[in-house]
Amino acid sequence: MVHQHFKLVDVMTAAENIVIGQEKGVFTSKKRMAQEISALNEKYGLKIIPDKKIYNMSVSEKQSVEIMKILYRGADVLILDEPTAVLTPQEITALFDILRRMKEQGCSIIIITHKMAEVMDISDRVTVLRKGESIATVVTKETTPKQLTEMMVGGSVSLEIERPKVTLSEKPLLSVKNLTKRDYEGVNVLNDVSFDIYGGEILGVAGIAGSGQKELCEIIAGLDKANGGEITFDGDSILGLSPRAILKKGISMSFVPEDRLGMGLVAGMSVTNNVILKSYNRNRGPFLDRKFAKSLAEQIVSDFDISTPSVNHEVKKLSGGNIQKVLLGREIWLAPRVLITAYPVRGLDIGASYNIYRVINEQKKKGVAVLFIGEDLDVLKSISDRLMVIHSGEVIDIVDPEEVTKEDIGLMMLGHHREEGAV
Amino acid sequence: MDILNEISLFLQTSVQMGTHILFAIVGGIICEKVGNTNLGVEGMMLMGAAMGFTVACSTGNPVLAVLAAGAAGLAGALIYAFITVTLRGNQVVTGLVLTIFGTGFAGFIGKSVSGNIVPESVVSAFRPYDIPILCDIPIIGKALFSQSIYVQMALVVAILAYFYINKTKMGLYMRAVGENPAAADASGVNVTFYKYFNILLGGFLCGVGGAYLSIVFLTTWQDNVTAGAGWIAVALIIFSTWNPLKAILAAYLFGMLKGLNFKMQGWGIQVPSQFLEMLPYVATIVVLVFITLRKKKENQPPKALGDPYFREER
Repeated sequence: MVHQHFKLVDVMTAAENIVIGQEKGVFTSKKRMAQEISALNEKYGLKIIPDKKIYNMSVSEKQSVEIMKILYRGADVLILDEPTAVLTPQEITALFDILRRMKEQGCSIIIITHKMAEVMDISDRVTVLRKGESIATVVTKETTPKQLTEMMVGGSVSLEIERPKVTLSEKPLLSVKNLTKRDYEGVNVLNDVSFDIYGGEILGVAGIAGSGQKELCEIIAGLDKANGGEITFDGDSILGLSPRAILKKGISMSFVPEDRLGMGLVAGMSVTNNVILKSYNRNRGPFLDRKFAKSLAEQIVSDFDISTPSVNHEVKKLSGGNIQKVLLGREIWLAPRVLITAYPVRGLDIGASYNIYRVINEQKKKGVAVLFIGEDLDVLKSISDRLMVIHSGEVIDIVDPEEVTKEDIGLMMLGHHREEGAV
Repeated sequence: MDILNEISLFLQTSVQMGTHILFAIVGGIICEKVGNTNLGVEGMMLMGAAMGFTVACSTGNPVLAVLAAGAAGLAGALIYAFITVTLRGNQVVTGLVLTIFGTGFAGFIGKSVSGNIVPESVVSAFRPYDIPILCDIPIIGKALFSQSIYVQMALVVAILAYFYINKTKMGLYMRAVGENPAAADASGVNVTFYKYFNILLGGFLCGVGGAYLSIVFLTTWQDNVTAGAGWIAVALIIFSTWNPLKAILAAYLFGMLKGLNFKMQGWGIQVPSQFLEMLPYVATIVVLVFITLRKKKENQPPKALGDPYFREER
């Protein structure tokens, strides 16, 4: 089983991670581990350096190590949970090559994914699950994405993400100029980032996870300090303002981190309490207006169709999709003029994802400037009005999503500029 | 020549004064490597000191005394392991409580044996002896090769612990448990077993370390005999970056600071003894300040240190 979130020990080498739980005898031998690993490397076309530490590895290398862990155990059945969520298109192609090779060697592979294109590309047969029930198993060649989606959602849905035309505001609502941020080791995590967002526009951001998305969000929201550059909102500089002051101006952020609960919501608190976290200071006096908060929570629950036993239910006991709806619902209720949303559909099923796209589009129609940080390039291409590609904290290019191919975007995500001829 | 001789005697004393700390640091490292902060080191040392002393007095058998001391430390560690691993209690609080319990336990046991002196059979077994030729090496000869077997045992234990942690299969698994228990679990490592085994092993060593003070160093019972050595050990675990070989250095360095206290008076240097007694503790604080400045990944604490492991947690 290859988990969606890797289960690797960072400070150990690839070899050590692979043999955990499998060593015979009392002592470990680096030489023997390396030999066994290179034999498997050759057999399946993997490229793992046994002595490399995990923390020095890229995401796709880590994934190879996870796959190797399974092969090392001599398993014939491989289960991959959302293996492509963090990979670039090129890395996905490489992964699929390895998987095909394993298939030829007689392995059985189960791949769990929410990306329809991949299902059609790699699988021989597809099983559709819905709410813990197996709906149907079909042969891939005899089916279509539309048919599969209908089975998943249990009704007909349109797979088109609409991109309503909205008249843009005259001036950019939010503009970021030459923003630079260094981490504590002095490495630039954001390097000279500049962009504008107009009201009524969705600016998509594509990039490999950890390319500076988190830092960008945090600086705009006032949670982190920049080392240089400026951010203006409607003409006023907002750099250095406190998060509350920024929130008051109408900039709202919903960041869905990998573990979904990292920031934004407090896992052990009820839906109501989470909802008032950002609006408690609107009422006067030392006591909370619980009645108002409760009705607000109930409104969000019904508006967003969140399934929860009650608004007093702890957030951590809800499913991932519902948690994200609570987060997004709260941010939108604040009626922001700029909405920053990062990975809002992470881990959601197709039906819930489309709901969220719809909600974001509605905000756009209201004239809100939306910064949409996403993972799925298909979605990014269809929802954004303009698409910004970042790599290691640098803006590689801002492109018209209609004009570029996914492969181009993938190359840019790896840091190649379009002029460099590699495309 | 005279100065050389003086230095070699000073080093010999320093090593003796660092021995109990060395046991405790190594025990603590083993415990922390599986992801458990154990603040009960002091308590387990005291339990070991009291039990070791009692058994030494009543049986006169040195081996039994050491084993009893280890068993007492292990019993303390068992309480800690049960609460933190099985019941997933808070490690810091549990460790603190273990220390308070251990202090009380040692005081209680010690009351019945206070006034006794360790019998000659035990004293002679742990008397410093010269290893021929080696002990004549200038400066470090006396420090390493003209010592009690108990002192040398500490060195051997530290070196063995290094090999255990870094070169064996069990060591690899225990490190995996301490760094990322979910990864270890998914790879088929029994997390609970490895936690228990290593916490108990660590407790055993702490107990043995405590007994060094009561049966070898002092040979009489004295209340609160460790005088905070367990706490210093906890700090030195970080100083040694979880590496038993560096623990040797750390322990003997602190032994030196303690040794200064004795020697300075002999050398006729007038420094208030209270100031010298304070030195090891000041040094601990200084050391902790400096090591937080280090950034190298390998020198960081085990990643899952302090977190109870619960398979279904997300």
